[in-house]
Amino acid sequence: MLELRKDIFADERDDNLNEIGKGTQRQDMLGHVTGASTYFNDHRLQGMLHLKVLRSPHAHARIRRIDTAEAERSPGVRRVIRGADVPRNLNTLLSLINFGKDDEPTLAFDKVRYKGEPVVAVVADRDREAFEALARVRVDYEPLPAVFDVEEALKAGAPVVNETYPKNTFTYHDIYDHQKLRFGDVERGFAGADHVLEQRYQMSPIEHAPTETNGSIAAPDTNGRYVVYTSTQALFFSLDTCAKILDLPSNTFHFIGGTVGGGFGGKVDTLTEPLAILGAMLTGRPVRYLFGREEEMQYGPPRGAERIFLKDGVMRDGRIVARKVRAYFDSGAYTRLSSYAVVKCAAHLPGPYTIPNVYGDIYCIFTNRTPATAMRGFGVTAMDFAIECQMDKLAHLVGMDPMEFRILNAYRDGDMKAHRREAKNTALIECVQVAAEKAKWPLREEFKRMSSRKDGGGARAAVPATAADPRAPARPAAQQRTPYDRTPQSPAAPEPPRPAPPPPGPPTPAPQPAAHGAIRFSSVFGLRRR
Amino acid sequence: MARHRGRGIASINYPIGMNLGGDPSQALVHSNPSGKFTVSLSSIDLGQGMKSVTRQICAETLGVPVEDVYVDTADSDTGPHCMGSFASRGTHRVGNAVMAAAKEARGVMMEAAAEELEVNAADLETDGRGNIHVKGAPHRSISTKDVAIAAQFKQGKTISGRGIFLVPLSAVDPETGEMSPATCYAHACLVAEVEVDDETGEVAMVRMDSAYELGRALNPRLVEQQLVGGAWMGISHALFETTEPYYPDPSRGPRDFVEYLMPGPGDICPHDIAVLERPAADGPFGAKGPGEMCANPVMPAVANAIFNAVGVRVDELPITPEKVLRAIKAQGGPRPQARR
Repeated sequence: MLELRKDIFADERDDNLNEIGKGTQRQDMLGHVTGASTYFNDHRLQGMLHLKVLRSPHAHARIRRIDTAEAERSPGVRRVIRGADVPRNLNTLLSLINFGKDDEPTLAFDKVRYKGEPVVAVVADRDREAFEALARVRVDYEPLPAVFDVEEALKAGAPVVNETYPKNTFTYHDIYDHQKLRFGDVERGFAGADHVLEQRYQMSPIEHAPTETNGSIAAPDTNGRYVVYTSTQALFFSLDTCAKILDLPSNTFHFIGGTVGGGFGGKVDTLTEPLAILGAMLTGRPVRYLFGREEEMQYGPPRGAERIFLKDGVMRDGRIVARKVRAYFDSGAYTRLSSYAVVKCAAHLPGPYTIPNVYGDIYCIFTNRTPATAMRGFGVTAMDFAIECQMDKLAHLVGMDPMEFRILNAYRDGDMKAHRREAKNTALIECVQVAAEKAKWPLREEFKRMSSRKDGGGARAAVPATAADPRAPARPAAQQRTPYDRTPQSPAAPEPPRPAPPPPGPPTPAPQPAAHGAIRFSSVFGLRRR
Repeated sequence: MARHRGRGIASINYPIGMNLGGDPSQALVHSNPSGKFTVSLSSIDLGQGMKSVTRQICAETLGVPVEDVYVDTADSDTGPHCMGSFASRGTHRVGNAVMAAAKEARGVMMEAAAEELEVNAADLETDGRGNIHVKGAPHRSISTKDVAIAAQFKQGKTISGRGIFLVPLSAVDPETGEMSPATCYAHACLVAEVEVDDETGEVAMVRMDSAYELGRALNPRLVEQQLVGGAWMGISHALFETTEPYYPDPSRGPRDFVEYLMPGPGDICPHDIAVLERPAADGPFGAKGPGEMCANPVMPAVANAIFNAVGVRVDELPITPEKVLRAIKAQGGPRPQARR
């Protein structure tokens, strides 16, 4: 059941509109509910061939030799495609925005870096014939030690997953193996806190589970062009990626899509289009490449698994004074988009709360598993799980109601966020108040009266003195410059640490510390400081 | 052996579209000679209703009924550039591009109407039902259809518009992380009530109450669809789903929907939702977007509710019966916390 609370923030809206705000039925509803909507796989083109890929059985192995002779003679086979047939067989998705280095082949040639990595593609008259031919491909692998744990991957002597990033970490700003967030002085915050709580959280990989699996159909068109029917959720992203991998001008391709059977982030990676088009180029026939369910579930990219360490300092009255975060994003064997999610995650810290001292180190780590990619809430979902579980523990620790604890610490209009931008248009407090009302969760009067629009800013708007990290970058590494980066600061002149200003005061008179003995919990949940 | 109830909460915010790649979206709007409008996009409707939302934005901006607008997407030969549907950017980015294109088209339409009515375009207004009339004089009126015919066959004008929305790429400071990642944020708070079986470790959802602040809800029914579906995904992430059940050990991964568990109809629960609308300064009609964030509060709220019910903290997702049972055993039995 959904209720529109028009009474809240009514003074900020003009509700006198004709079409906006109406529950108009969607334009494509009838087609969807009658099964008449056309998805990419509803196109049946004359002479259409079918492409399937041979996937690596090893998580990490050197490819000594690939023998496709028998597969090429297999019935119905029109073409066997190997890495050497791909015009530019190394790419990274975000090269389109100049972020990161090309690190992933379309078809593996020197090594396989995860179980399920595509090695050889077969184009045949029928699906079954393609599968039968794949069974006749002989690949001589030399298995290599693999690494699956993000912290193991960081250790000296760990197997190198992806030679483009020999330390198993993505490179930020040419120099760092992680993205930093620095705001205030967390160590000083911890020293002054009544309680310090440090915890570990772990997300697992999750499948997007779309009804329609990833796929595309490519067909030669007139005038040397190719028409591509695709399930992509990013039409030009996929088109430009194909133009790069196939080394052709972007107007060679006519991409048609737009009706997608579920995406959730799993259809950004352009998994099938380059090979489908290449198959069409090499055979002169329409080619379909469609993932099966097992491929979608195990070898199509999942939501990545983040491991998060969260350390908080909290006062007896419930104010959080410091939050330190170390997080490892498991990118799998290649970068895809995890590098970007790391930066998004850094921007998200410390959650929707005003905390005077915040510190974050976020890593993108390579392991020998299926590359991870975007999924609903990318970069934020696991961090929200960690932060909100931690908030519950902190409230418990100081004996505060968890709703009131969130209202007390919530960010408000005018506050300075840790990424150094002013908070505007905030509404966390109102959401907590309304959810409490709906759930019949009692809040004290003073918390019912608090507002996102009151008592923010002032001392809470200041950027605190922040010391630079002592270890300055030695030299810029080889990674190409990107518009995303700033020029690295001169290593010669680290800013001298200045004394920290006093922590900002509470937004309103702080509530009375709860009387019951929460402090005793510190032996369970963390280190008691006072 | 008993079942224990508990309640937990979580509150979150979420960035709407990211500026870290500088990814704009474009839109084209044009009228045919009958006064029916087409919005040309290359953006993708994933099922979330982007076509419907942009259609309403276009109709509202033009001042015509929604039935007179059709959204055509996604064809790279006819639709102008869009990076894609991700990062909760559809409503905000594409919606703004459509709004800009519709404004330009509306300008031409009003000029053409002014010429027909022999008045100044500034004195005209639309009634939202397919007519344009002189302000304060509704009888001096012309239909958008007649305007379109006149523009096409008499005046030689194209009633069309181009729109782009770009939030410029934000630099990121390598030392401090200073950046402008997004221009607006949605908010939510969710209360989950669960029942934990201390014999099996199973967690049953009892109910959820939530409040979501999404900027203006352009289409409340589509918002409801997103929030209900997103909460289902949240339950699924909290209690069921993973492709690697023993992560980081990659073995025993599920291969199909028999092995990959998700909540069925018997596993969901009543969900009472409130929607708050604090308009975003740069959102189309103040909209932000509910797309990604609606699954996020469910996971921690469920974890916190489990603690409230039996006193165990499971900090690894998904919270399977095995993990709950092991945690209960490790602490020597359930320890229900104060009811709330």
